[in-house]
Amino acid sequence: MHEETVYDALDQAHGGEGHWAFGTGFDDPLAGVDTTVPDGVDPADLGTYCLMLGDDALVLAPRLTRWVTRAPELEEEVALANVALDLLGQARLLLARAGSVGVLGRSRTLAGGTIPDEDALAYFRDPDEFRCAALVVAPNGDFAQTLVRLLAAATWRLALFSRLRDSRDPVLAAIAAKGVNELAYHRDHAGRWVLRLGDGTAESHRRAQAGVDAVWPLLADLFTATDVEARLTAAGVAVDPATVRDEVRAVLDEVLTRATLRLPDWPADVAPSGRLGRHGPELPALLGDLQGLARAHPEATW
Amino acid sequence: MTAAALDDVDLQAYFDATIAAGHRIEPRDWMPDGYRFGLIRQIAQHAHSEIIGMQPEGDWLLAAPSLRRKAILLAKVQDEAGHGMYLYSAAETLGADRADLTDKLIERRQKYSSIFNYPSLTYADVGVIGWLVDGAAICNQVPLCRSSYGPYARAMIRVCKEESFHQRQGYELLMTMMGGTDAQRAMVQDAVDRWWWPSLMMFGPPDDDSPNSAQSMAWGIKRHSNDELRQRYVDMSVPQAEFLGVTLPDPELSLDPETGHYRFGAIDWAEFQRVIGGHGPCNDERIARRRAARDDNAWVTEAATAYAEKYS
Ligand SMILES: [Fe+2]
Ligand SMILES: [Fe+2]
Repeated sequence: MHEETVYDALDQAHGGEGHWAFGTGFDDPLAGVDTTVPDGVDPADLGTYCLMLGDDALVLAPRLTRWVTRAPELEEEVALANVALDLLGQARLLLARAGSVGVLGRSRTLAGGTIPDEDALAYFRDPDEFRCAALVVAPNGDFAQTLVRLLAAATWRLALFSRLRDSRDPVLAAIAAKGVNELAYHRDHAGRWVLRLGDGTAESHRRAQAGVDAVWPLLADLFTATDVEARLTAAGVAVDPATVRDEVRAVLDEVLTRATLRLPDWPADVAPSGRLGRHGPELPALLGDLQGLARAHPEATW
Repeated sequence: MTAAALDDVDLQAYFDATIAAGHRIEPRDWMPDGYRFGLIRQIAQHAHSEIIGMQPEGDWLLAAPSLRRKAILLAKVQDEAGHGMYLYSAAETLGADRADLTDKLIERRQKYSSIFNYPSLTYADVGVIGWLVDGAAICNQVPLCRSSYGPYARAMIRVCKEESFHQRQGYELLMTMMGGTDAQRAMVQDAVDRWWWPSLMMFGPPDDDSPNSAQSMAWGIKRHSNDELRQRYVDMSVPQAEFLGVTLPDPELSLDPETGHYRFGAIDWAEFQRVIGGHGPCNDERIARRRAARDDNAWVTEAATAYAEKYS
């Protein structure tokens, strides 16, 4: 019968994982990659650095996902879900890398034995063990502010990842090489929206400017290295965040100018706080929701 | 008889012959108004179901208990948005307008599948929705891959491939949970208890109470009766439930050795009518979310339009 043939065809169509976005696969995300720590590198530093980059992605992803079922257009729900999936994929690889070099903190003692490292780290760390920047932790605000923040975060991350392709850590280099294409799309997508909103209607211009004004202060601590980053930069593994400052500013400057938006003064560089585990109240609130179910069932497998 | 009327007769005959031969009607072909408007209604309600159906599972995106499950769920919810988009596009080939269809959804002038008006209470609901709800959707939709209307049939082929993956993902989550802790097994059984009967209602009212069915069958925009599809779904699901190790909440469920089909208990059609009529547990919040997405963000759409006009 016709239907049976269709069902058979459906079954065969699902041999591969091709349909699924990056990061949704069943396999260990680091399978087959050489995970040896390069000579002269402190594994604790390397793991901590992976947490910094991984936590930025892990925390920004749910902010974007929040728009799914709530966005102005279905196309935008799909696009923001795509960005979030990419970030989630990056977070998984980075957290798994941190776990592979033994940086697990208290999480490993709280999580059951069957829980993989990436989940132990995502679900069983407390807020003060998270190393994400304030830029990604801040709440969404309206659609304009969400896209301005995404533009800033993607521009910054793309600048870092472009340089990390040359990292002496082969895993970080591989993650960065994969990530740059994704991040270039994220930056582009957000940039186009900032243009449309800045140069759209009076109302959208007002909102986009308010978004810029709200996001700009969050750029203050992005360009100052922590001790971990300084040591890893010297070892050829990490990127000194100060070296991306000019590129990030130039890109944002150009987009805002084209969008007819007023460029606020750049905030003066300040010492990192999120990178050291110091966060405002928004992070514990977010993590409470993100981690609650997993923590209620530490022995469960999902 | 006028020339125009004569033409109509020829066109009608050509349309009838196309349907009778099992060939497809394409957007530029002549079609009777009843066919066009019946299809728009069917496709729009299908599209609305995809879009509203994102909500019960989407509510678990933040709390999904592993990063792999979170990615799978996000990919699935994103697929459903894509399904809605293809379907709205198919409706537009018939002269409908997506914004107008969205307005009709929000103003409750068009319906969507009643199943999405039930809440998803635990993470097992995500698995059960994949297994049973996507499973029922597949039973409904695979025959529509042979719909007489070309754009709908082609959209359905793509949609069905993805739905089939959703179903397998859901079932795999449930298998994993059943192999987990007692609390997880209890969650799965509880979710099955809540979703089984509503999933049977997804096939629509019984055949003797399904007003539009006969014409839809004649036009080839519906291929099997509601009861036939429901039976196929039950026959498919019972062995899957056994393999999973859950009990379906129907004491009358039993294999009829004569027919080889499972008999099942009476469906509560009063509940179905209540939910489809707008009085299910979540109808208001489902619609309110789409209304807010449209109204609170109208300024975004206006800005995009203004910008496009400025630089076109
Ligand atoms: Fe779907
Ligand atoms: Fe689906």
